[in-house]
Amino acid sequence: MATLGKGLFGVEHFRAGVEAIPIIPYMESSYYQRWMVTLEKNLADAGVLTEDEIDARAAELSRHPETEVGRREEPEFCEMLLGAIHGGMSPEREIEAERRFGLGDEVIAVGTDAPGHTRLPRYVRGKRGTVVRLDKAFVYPETSALREGENPEWCYGVRFEADEVWGADAEQGAPVYVDVWESYLEPA
Amino acid sequence: MGDDPTTAAYASTRTRAIESLLVEKGILASDAVDSVVAAYEEDIGPLNGARVVARAWVDAEYKTTLLDNATAAIAELGIAGMQGENMVALENTDDVHNVVVCTLCSCYPWPVLGLPPYWYKSSEYRGRVVVEPRAVLSELGLEIDESTELRVWDSSAEIRYMVLPQRPEGTEDMSEEELTGIVTRDSMIGVARAEVS
Repeated sequence: MATLGKGLFGVEHFRAGVEAIPIIPYMESSYYQRWMVTLEKNLADAGVLTEDEIDARAAELSRHPETEVGRREEPEFCEMLLGAIHGGMSPEREIEAERRFGLGDEVIAVGTDAPGHTRLPRYVRGKRGTVVRLDKAFVYPETSALREGENPEWCYGVRFEADEVWGADAEQGAPVYVDVWESYLEPA
Repeated sequence: MGDDPTTAAYASTRTRAIESLLVEKGILASDAVDSVVAAYEEDIGPLNGARVVARAWVDAEYKTTLLDNATAAIAELGIAGMQGENMVALENTDDVHNVVVCTLCSCYPWPVLGLPPYWYKSSEYRGRVVVEPRAVLSELGLEIDESTELRVWDSSAEIRYMVLPQRPEGTEDMSEEELTGIVTRDSMIGVARAEVS
């Protein structure tokens, strides 16, 4: 969080870095090991640290585990960060565009196979659901992760029935609610 | 020593390597790291959410506001912050039980619940609770009747959810403060009921 606050990269870049880990290392690593992979990748992408530098420093620290990590203070940044933690930092944006969907509309979730970051869970792709909540407009993660701009869009809460998503043999009476950006929806 | 990437020693050394390099390069502020850790260890946790639930149990008007505009209702109690900017509260009733997950990562309402427990971030919980929620809740010790609709909320965008559990029977004489004490973190995720211990 203390590196995120520096504006070197955003949370969507952090998530995209986790999603870019190949499947076997992904399954073999823990949640925070994945965080470390994406942190290193994002610091390298931002031109801050190279893998070689980290390798060299880690080797040095392995040889001399008693070495103290240095400290530096930055009270103004610290105050800004605590302000965000306690005050919030919403990705909400004002937009002019009209909503394409209203409450009760039947919709189909659509996605793409384009490489990169998405926030549409794959299990609802191609599935029919109902709009149950109108949310504000939020920064669009796909383009933001690619550093192609915020392109905020209206968001929605959509209800999908269990038999639609998982089939008739699944546990019934257990609908799943998924929150989506407008681009993820088509009229049913 | 420290070359096997699956060990805690490797992770610790690597984290210290990154930290020390970032400090030297003038990027990482040690006081900022300390303050973030302290904020989530000492100030922000599920007691905040428990206060919201207890207030909703004793104050019908507050409960209406909470279900209508959770962010504002929570802010009335002086609770707000990162990952709580856009809150929705989900009411459990005799007919509907709600449970929250983030299948994509581990989105969680930090200001009301603190940081998520380990199992909430596990692939097993994230993958299974959307497909077979009754089975998962049963394994966690919570039986949800077939006749109760079990709603699973996947926080896949910017809304963060908290569950408003049902007030247990036999708590009519408890004060708001006493009620706060029986509201658990798990009951606000939806994997447990609030119970009188």
